[in-house]
Order: sequence, then C-alpha cells, then structure tokens
Amino acid sequence: MDLFLQNIVNALQWGSFYALIALGYSMVYSILMLFNFAHGDIFMVGAYIGFGIATGLLALAAMAGLPVPGWLVLVLTIIISMFLTSFVGIFIERVGYRPLREAPRASAAITGLMIGIILETGNLALLGARRLSFPSLIDTVTFQIGSVYVTNKKIFIVAVSLSLMFGLHLFIQKTKWGMAMRAMSYDFQAVPLMGVSINKLAPLTFAIGSGLAAAAGILYGLAYPVLDPYMGILLGWKAFVAAILGGRGSILGAALAGFLLGFIEIFAAWIFPSTFRDLIAYSIILLILTFRPHGFFGQAHSTQLRL
Amino acid sequence: MQLVIRNLQVSYDKIKVLHGIDFTIAKGEIVTIIGANGAGKSTTLKAISRLIPADKGSVMEFEGKDLLTYQPDRVVSELGISHVPEGRRLFGNLTVLENLQLATFARKDREQIKKDMEQVFAIFPRLKERLTQASGTLSGGEQQMLAVGRAYMSGHKIMLLDEPSMGLAPLLMLSMFDALREINKEGTTILLVEQNARLALKFAQRGYVIENGRLVLEGPSADLLDNPDVKKAYLGG
Ligand SMILES: Nc1ncnc2c1ncn2[C@@H]1O[C@H](COP(=O)(O)OP(=O)(O)OP(=O)(O)O)[C@@H](O)[C@H]1O
Ligand SMILES: [Mg+2]
Repeated sequence: MDLFLQNIVNALQWGSFYALIALGYSMVYSILMLFNFAHGDIFMVGAYIGFGIATGLLALAAMAGLPVPGWLVLVLTIIISMFLTSFVGIFIERVGYRPLREAPRASAAITGLMIGIILETGNLALLGARRLSFPSLIDTVTFQIGSVYVTNKKIFIVAVSLSLMFGLHLFIQKTKWGMAMRAMSYDFQAVPLMGVSINKLAPLTFAIGSGLAAAAGILYGLAYPVLDPYMGILLGWKAFVAAILGGRGSILGAALAGFLLGFIEIFAAWIFPSTFRDLIAYSIILLILTFRPHGFFGQAHSTQLRL
Repeated sequence: MQLVIRNLQVSYDKIKVLHGIDFTIAKGEIVTIIGANGAGKSTTLKAISRLIPADKGSVMEFEGKDLLTYQPDRVVSELGISHVPEGRRLFGNLTVLENLQLATFARKDREQIKKDMEQVFAIFPRLKERLTQASGTLSGGEQQMLAVGRAYMSGHKIMLLDEPSMGLAPLLMLSMFDALREINKEGTTILLVEQNARLALKFAQRGYVIENGRLVLEGPSADLLDNPDVKKAYLGG
C-alpha cells in the first residue's frame, strides 16, 4: 500500500511533464490540423533557455552580493523562459509552417521533423556535446505523510503544472481568443468569416504551446538536472502519444492522457522489471487505441469540410 | 456603385470555373445570382470574401477600395462585408451567444455591437431564448437564423447569402426572407445566391443568371421571371 501511494506521487510528476507537452501538440492540431513534430525539441530548447536564465540570475545575484532566495530565482526562471520560448514557437510557425499552410499535411509533418533536427544540431553546434547540469535552485526537503515520502520539488512540479493547465482552461473557455481557438477546432475554414485573423491566432497558439513546453523543460530540469540536446526526442514522442490517446485536438484529453501515461509507465515499472517499462506501457496504449482509435475525446467525423 | 466586379476569374487547381464575371450592386439593393448546381455561385461569393484567390486580371472594388488587397478577416472587420456560407457553417461546439460574440471578434465599437445584438434578437426572437444552447443542437430553421444573425454581427454594409433557403420548410423559408427584407430596410445591401430561382427573383430587385461560370442574362427580377429561357431552365416551364 505504501509503495502504491509512493508510485502515485511519482506518476503524478511524470504525468505533469507529459501533459504539459501534450497540450502543445493538441492545441496546434486543433487549430491547424497538423502535428508540430518539432514540439519535443521546443521542450528541450525551453529547458536550455531555463538553464541560461537560472545561471544568469544566480550570477547576477552573486555579483550584486544579494542573497536572492532560490525559489525566487526558480519562479523568475519559469516566467522568463516561458516568455522567451514562446517566441521560438512564433518563429517556427512563421518560418516553418505558414508557407506550407495549403500544402499537403505530410509536407508539414516532415518540416516539423526537420525543424526538430535543426534545433537539436543547432544546440549541439552552439554549446557542444557536453551535458549541462541544471542548477539546483532549491534544496530538496522531504516530507513524510503517513509512510509516503514526498519532496518539496515534486509538490512544486505537480502544483505548477496543474495551475498552468487550469490557467489554460480558463483562457480557452473565457477569453475571445480562446473562443476563436475552439471555433477553429470545429471548422477552421469558417473562422476568417468572423473577422478573426488566422495569422494572429496561429502564432498565439504556438506561443502558448511553446511556453507550456518550456515550463515542462524547467520542471524536468528541477527533477532530473541533466540537459542534453536530444532530451526532447523520447519525451516529445511520448507526449505525442498522449495527445493522440487523448483524442486529436482535445485539450482536456491531452492533459488526462498525459497523466494516464505517467501512471501506466510508473506502474509498469513497479510490477515488471524496469527495463520492461516502455515495452509494457506502450503495448497497453496500443491496445487502448485498437479499441478507441479516436482516443478518449476525439471526434470520429472529420471537420475538414470544403467551404 | 457599392460593389463593382469586373472580369472576375477564379480557378481551382488551374481549372477555370469563373470565366470573367461582371456585375455591380448599388448601396441598399437586393440582387440575386441564380444558377444550376456547379454554375459558380458559391465560388463568386467566396472570391468576394477573399476566401479563395481571384486570377490575374480580376477587378473587385467595394466602396472604392480594392478588395484584392484585403485578407479575408479584414474584408469582414474593416469593410463590413459579411458572408453566410453555404451549409451555414455554425460552430456547433459553441453556444448561440458565443457564435454571435465571435462574429464581433475584431470590432471595437462596443455601443454599436450592443445595438446590433438587440437588432438580431428583434428579428429572430427565437435566438434570444436559446442563448446558452450549443448551436449544433439547434433545429435547422434556428441554425439558419443564427447563421444570418451571426453574419449580421460580423458586419452589415453588405451581406452575401449562399442559399439561405436550403433545407427549410416552405413556411420557414418565407419568414427567413421576411427577416432578410427587414435587415435590408435598415440599410444592408444584399447579394443573394440561390438555386430556388422563383423565390430569389421574387425577393430581389435585380437578378443575374450564371451558367458554367459565365453570366448569361441580367435584368430586373420581373423581366427575368417573364423571360421564356429563364422560365424553361429555372422555373420549371
Ligand atoms: N474547392 C474546390 N476545388 C475544386 N473544384 C471546386 C472547388 N469548389 C468548387 N469547385 C468546382 O467549381 C465549380 C463551381 O462550384 P460552386 O460551388 O461555385 O457551384 P455553385 O453554383 O455554388 O453550385 P451549388 O448550387 O451546387 O452550390 C464546380 O464545378 C465545382 O465542382
Ligand atoms: Mg454553392
């Protein structure tokens, strides 16, 4: 029972990473009907930007001789990095995807893969092959609740993730931009007739998705402080699986499926030898998709109508 | 002339479907374009809305402004050209109210938006009773009301209507056209595209007949209703 509860805590943490990244895939898909396969690498870029900001802030504080608390540096790092990484998303939309908006979806998918490779190798060229270690901004404090151990970092990671998801939910349900995104997911061709500029809505969507990926990157760095240029590949693919499992374009589905993925993985590793983890986990997901090919909240019908 | 269309040519995948169309509409007029399936009626409206590109040599002007320099969203938000597309194209996942609000996305004239909203509810009281209902669950008639109301909210200097009678029972059809006449009385120019030629010609002051991407006939509605060719081809003998 204790181990069970312990695993739930771990699953929530991993689920947070997957969910935050999966949201970016889903948001972009829901408005442009394309999967941005560079998204995992945006997560990586976000982690690196976070590394730069955190290191910079620490150096600045040291130079000024100010005893700036680590948690403040952490919060600032998350905010600034989300902001900066959103411009990476905007740039990718503008340069990579906009020229291909009318092109076959396969071309756009390949563009995404190429942008991903460019981000990875660009990072490699810029910073070299050595891995970076994310600064430990806050000391780990372990709480014991009953017989379960929870660290302050895990609580922080899950709390920040859930808050961001809640914020996104409010944005999509309550603002006019969110309303335009929902309309777009239903019938993207009719949206311009409402006076909505797709050339503003698309960059905004990329910006938000990239910002969330950056937050995931920093939270990940907090838990697993080793950064390398390829860190976004596997995590990105897994989050993509979550986005599909949640139902193409479904925001709620992506978040829930992200957490489900975390649970399946952690519990697979608990029950079976840990080398079996992904084999078991993704076989289970394959099975789910066999029975629910549209995922949890996906629409069976295509909204790709001609106007 | 409020809307001037000259030599409008449109191609899909290099296949020309509009072969140089000319027509003009004065402010406040009701004009219809009638024609058979695939004649190019919807294509004409989509070209005016800038949803699809027009070929080189086409001229489209609205109130003296070159339409060809406008993106589709600015055609709506800056020029006040609204378009009720074929098949209504409501956002079924949004409520009635949200559909109406979304149409005002780029508008900043809050006071006028309020008045326009009141106007829509005055013309279609049914919509006011169903504000929080998902538009996908409305009846066909209600959906058509919302489609027209939504277009009105997006801008109403001119309204382009693509077969608003489609799928409506005869009685509903008539009340829909009464509503459109009311909108027109308030100053909105109307360009109506219809397969139901009799209905359209009774409603409009002038009409054009489109065949295979070319305008082949034009004139006052009464003349077209009397025209033997029109009678034979579009009015059932
Ligand atoms: N997206 C498209 N791609 C290729 N061809 C198209 C496209 N849309 C329309 N067409 C073709 O252009 C021609 C004109 O179509 P349009 O939709 O304008 O006809 P319409 O007069 O509105 O017909 P209907 O009364 O059936 O709505 C048709 O031959 C049609 O097949
Ligand atoms: Mg048509």
